[in-house]
Amino acid sequence: MITLTVNGKVHQTEVDTNEVLIDTLRRLGYKSVKRGCETANCGLCTVLLDDKAILSCSLLSLRADGKHILTLEGVREEAKLLGGFLAEQGGEQCGYCTPGLMMNTIAMKRELVDPTDEEIAHYLMGNLCRCSGYVSQLRAIRQYLEV
Amino acid sequence: MKFVGRQFKKIDSSAITSGKPIYTDDLAAADALIVKVLRSPHAHAIIEEIDVSRAEAQPGVEIVLTHKDVPKTRFTLAGQSYPEPSPYDQLILDSKVRYVGDAVAIVAAQTETQAENALKRIKVTYKKLEPVLDFETAIDHPSIIHDEEVHFNLPQHVGGQDTKRNIMASYGFSFGEDIETTLADCDVTLERAYYMQAAAQSMMETFRSYTYLDARDRLCVITSTQVPFHIKRQLARALEMSPSKIRVIKPRIGGGFGAKQTSESEIYPAIVTLKTGKPAKIVYTRKETFSSSNSRHAMRITVRIGADRSGRIRAIDLHSLSDQGAYGHHGFTTVKLTGEKSIPLYNKLEAAKFSADVVYTNKLKAGAFRGYGATQGTFALESAINELADRLEIDPVDIRQMNIVQEGETTLAFDKLIESSKLDRCIETGAKMIGWHDKPRRRVMEDGTIRATGMAITMQGSGIANIDNATAIIKLNETGDLSLFISASDNGMGTDTVLVQLAAETLKVDPDEITLIAADTDLTPYDPGSYASSGAYVTGMAVVNACNDLKNKMTEMAAAYWNVPPAEVEQKDGAIYHKDTRLPFIDLGRILSVGPSGGTLVGTGSFGHPASPPPYMAGFADINYDPKTGLVKVVDYVGVVDCGTVINPALATVQAESGVVQGIGYALYEDVQYGPTGQLFTNNFLQYKIPTRPDIAQVRIAFEESYEPSGPYGAKSIGEVVINTSAPAIQSAIHAATGRYLYHLPMKPEAILFGEK
Repeated sequence: MITLTVNGKVHQTEVDTNEVLIDTLRRLGYKSVKRGCETANCGLCTVLLDDKAILSCSLLSLRADGKHILTLEGVREEAKLLGGFLAEQGGEQCGYCTPGLMMNTIAMKRELVDPTDEEIAHYLMGNLCRCSGYVSQLRAIRQYLEV
Repeated sequence: MKFVGRQFKKIDSSAITSGKPIYTDDLAAADALIVKVLRSPHAHAIIEEIDVSRAEAQPGVEIVLTHKDVPKTRFTLAGQSYPEPSPYDQLILDSKVRYVGDAVAIVAAQTETQAENALKRIKVTYKKLEPVLDFETAIDHPSIIHDEEVHFNLPQHVGGQDTKRNIMASYGFSFGEDIETTLADCDVTLERAYYMQAAAQSMMETFRSYTYLDARDRLCVITSTQVPFHIKRQLARALEMSPSKIRVIKPRIGGGFGAKQTSESEIYPAIVTLKTGKPAKIVYTRKETFSSSNSRHAMRITVRIGADRSGRIRAIDLHSLSDQGAYGHHGFTTVKLTGEKSIPLYNKLEAAKFSADVVYTNKLKAGAFRGYGATQGTFALESAINELADRLEIDPVDIRQMNIVQEGETTLAFDKLIESSKLDRCIETGAKMIGWHDKPRRRVMEDGTIRATGMAITMQGSGIANIDNATAIIKLNETGDLSLFISASDNGMGTDTVLVQLAAETLKVDPDEITLIAADTDLTPYDPGSYASSGAYVTGMAVVNACNDLKNKMTEMAAAYWNVPPAEVEQKDGAIYHKDTRLPFIDLGRILSVGPSGGTLVGTGSFGHPASPPPYMAGFADINYDPKTGLVKVVDYVGVVDCGTVINPALATVQAESGVVQGIGYALYEDVQYGPTGQLFTNNFLQYKIPTRPDIAQVRIAFEESYEPSGPYGAKSIGEVVINTSAPAIQSAIHAATGRYLYHLPMKPEAILFGEK
């Protein structure tokens, strides 16, 4: 039995010893968390663990015991703002990588001050997207960073 | 226009950007059985024995299926209109495996761990056969990949198939004068062979399907697909059941790029649900998606080209050899586009010839990938044209402007009447944007790296001529709002949104009044699906036709109600008008909802076309080349597109940007690689590199809009044409930088530095 605080809500749940956090979160109903690979390459499963962006596919759920987790469902205001900019550019496209990208972008905004385009690209390098070609997302992220 | 050409967010954007559960796996029941497939470790083998007793005895295992348990009707899972031009050459499970990753057995269990444990306990005895791995020696190889009886819908004299020789298709076309005589008469000729690799579509959502029986015991399939109607028909054939017992629903899709134009995953949970009566789902791993689905066709294209000294291109001959892999999905049609969507770019021709051979090999089957053969054909032909221009000492821009097809012409090759083209303007604008004439094509920078430019042009189609036909239905609800039923199968690019814009434009109503209901074979009208660049053009025109039909019905109804001539009645702003009298839709709906003269007004519209109007694009690459490492980075890419009328500028721009970027990946690093016994090396994102954010610098898109008379408000397609110019434009820039022509994709640093092997 572990205790997870997800988006402010406390969950007590049984987990297998080899279960990873993405599977626990999806089982608890946080379906925004997506999986795109098994090799920690795609960034789709990014969530915030104690305010730090992590890949939820690469963390045993047991190690998240007692921690605070934020998923896209739990950041409504910021998601609305960033999501609005993405949508204006058409940069959300299929949307499958969007939750992970948005969580990492939110973490970046908290961490970096006035990042250059290159710094943004490097910070978000681990968030793959096949639909957009990235440039529309960069335009949206720039707008988001400016507000 | 009020809605066409205006900024308009995707109708699903707020659901997407708030993380709503709208994709296949989000919708599956928590108690669905987990389905897993045992995959062949051998490229070519007969299954001599298969023992599943230990797997069946595992806790939680519901069912284990082998080739002994499945129907024996062969089928194709290529998502194409009936009768499919792809051979019926596969079974759900076969006693012969034809590539590493081919399906051997199906397991369904309560949990994923249980299913995986069961897979490990299936004992298979294989008799290994010699695999055919090199597509250039596949024809008449002693190993025959399909020695069984294969049904082809195309007659032999059309398709040229001969499975006993590993030939899936073989055919050709000639246009104009005799090609040999014309080539012999040319001042300059060039013959080159180009090799284009397979490539993985790499959509972020892997294949997945969820199946259950509904209240009437019908098989319901919620699946991540581009082709729901084709899947319904093909499942019925493969499972030997009536199509009336199958419903296919497409939810939101996490990308497809053609991969999901083949029904990869549906069949496995479907047969489990039919056999057990229980809901079931399969979610492909990324590894399975790379190694057990489909990729772009690897090809060798031989180009022969002849011109006179002034640069007039008189003859083009293309021969394409296409590596089909183990099963014949999309083989005939993909290779056809290598010629059909490249040669007609040039129209001062006296002679043109196109021929093709498609061969089976013991590798991952090839399928559809954005560009669908045009990408390979464009690389070959455009690279050859650039080399020819260099030989003639003519600027690549000038040789295009001298030779390209013009609006109003009929092409010699493939006989296409071009009713809309601004290709000349695309080239002119692109050259201006990249500064083509303002700087030398090769510049040495202060740090010793080299900047260089290159360019290419391309075309595609809009829907499949004489084959694609879509229907749309729009219904006036009694509450005055509208329901639009379509099946265009948006898989992320925004087709649904564009269709709502077209409906709003035609009916002159607020788009918020229109609810779109999409891609459910029980509810929505037939549409081939999301492929062949057909969404905005084919389904779009069906929507316009449906809305006009409804408009006529509404005005007739209002005219009768007012007892005035229909010609005096007009429809705008969500209402019907007769002079100053206004009848809002909501009032019309209320009037129609009661009494003997009531009824629901429904507009229907269909669209199919005898032509496939080509969109055009000119692409210009500005690269930075490091002569110390051989590394190439595209620092600026300009794409200028003629997709006819731009319906949604932001979405069209993103289509173009993403196509350019996928094309950069194809040009420089994406590579499907096999080991000596046919095992796939590149089965994850560590080995198979798609572009990441730091790889992509500036991509600039502009539009030169022509007006396509057959399209909705003048629109053509954009989805595929945008991927084609990157590789040849970069190839030309690499030559400008290094003096070296490369003939193999991807163009890796070692080849650029030391030459191709």
